[in-house]
Amino acid sequence: MNRWLAAGGLLIAGLIMFSFGSAGAWGGADAVAGEKVELIDPTYEPWFESLWTPPSSEIETLLFSLQAAIGGIVIGYLIGRTSTRESSSDLL
Amino acid sequence: MHIIEGFLPGFWALVWFGIATPVVSYGTLKTARLVKSDSINKSHGAVAAAFIFVLSALKIPSVTGSTSHPTGTGISVVLFGPAITAFLSTIVLLYQALLLGHGGLTTLGANVTSMGIVGPLFGWLVFRSLRPYVDLQKATFAAAVVANWTTYLVTSLQLGAAFPTEAGIGGIVDATLTFAGVFSVTQIPVGIVEGALAAGLIGYIAMSNESVRNRLQVTA
Repeated sequence: MNRWLAAGGLLIAGLIMFSFGSAGAWGGADAVAGEKVELIDPTYEPWFESLWTPPSSEIETLLFSLQAAIGGIVIGYLIGRTSTRESSSDLL
Repeated sequence: MHIIEGFLPGFWALVWFGIATPVVSYGTLKTARLVKSDSINKSHGAVAAAFIFVLSALKIPSVTGSTSHPTGTGISVVLFGPAITAFLSTIVLLYQALLLGHGGLTTLGANVTSMGIVGPLFGWLVFRSLRPYVDLQKATFAAAVVANWTTYLVTSLQLGAAFPTEAGIGGIVDATLTFAGVFSVTQIPVGIVEGALAAGLIGYIAMSNESVRNRLQVTA
């Protein structure tokens, strides 16, 4: 029952997220906040820039994917190892 | 969403660094103790860090046609509390600031304060308050959702304090509400998704490990 509720909640959240989006944008919410700052204080000039930014959106996507992949591998490996150890000790 | 590099005036950047530094230092000491403890704790520390790593890499499209990402702090909050979460979040935020140009070094103090300290603190309080009354997964769901939403409320407050619409408290409140309005449409569903993922993972961890079940008072 709980699993069905969780799945339903995820589905509804997903529908909300994808149903109302304006086509073509999909920029980061951080950039939207930056635009608000410029609206509130048009004289403000950012006083520092990132030391390095990915040279293209493809490389940025690659680095984000790499980040997710590293995390996913660590989770999979450690949970697998822990459960295997637990089930081995159950057999003893 | 993190505050972009250079988008906080120097004064506010220093204020948030001043708040974040002692908490992260304490979290670093606690993490060092965790690493020296038994291997199960060490493994779960790595899983909690990895969960932050994975979720904060996911750019999820949302209502306004913009994207945002979960914070991923829920597992760490539930397993280890806010101090260790502050340290783990700092590592992820540094990675993103240095290698992805996402967030920034000058805004690191503010981003750590929102995502690594205040959000997790509220999530942890919710978890501790609810846990005696609801099962582990429901309490974790609530903790992760609250940690996510609080993070973005604090970010709104940080931007509102730095860029008030007019002088005085009223201007700060007005600007904070403006920024919160920008984030809320994105973060409300993202927070719910994050809560569901955290609840699923903590359920699996608890199911597979007796020491976690005991520590988190799972009886069935």
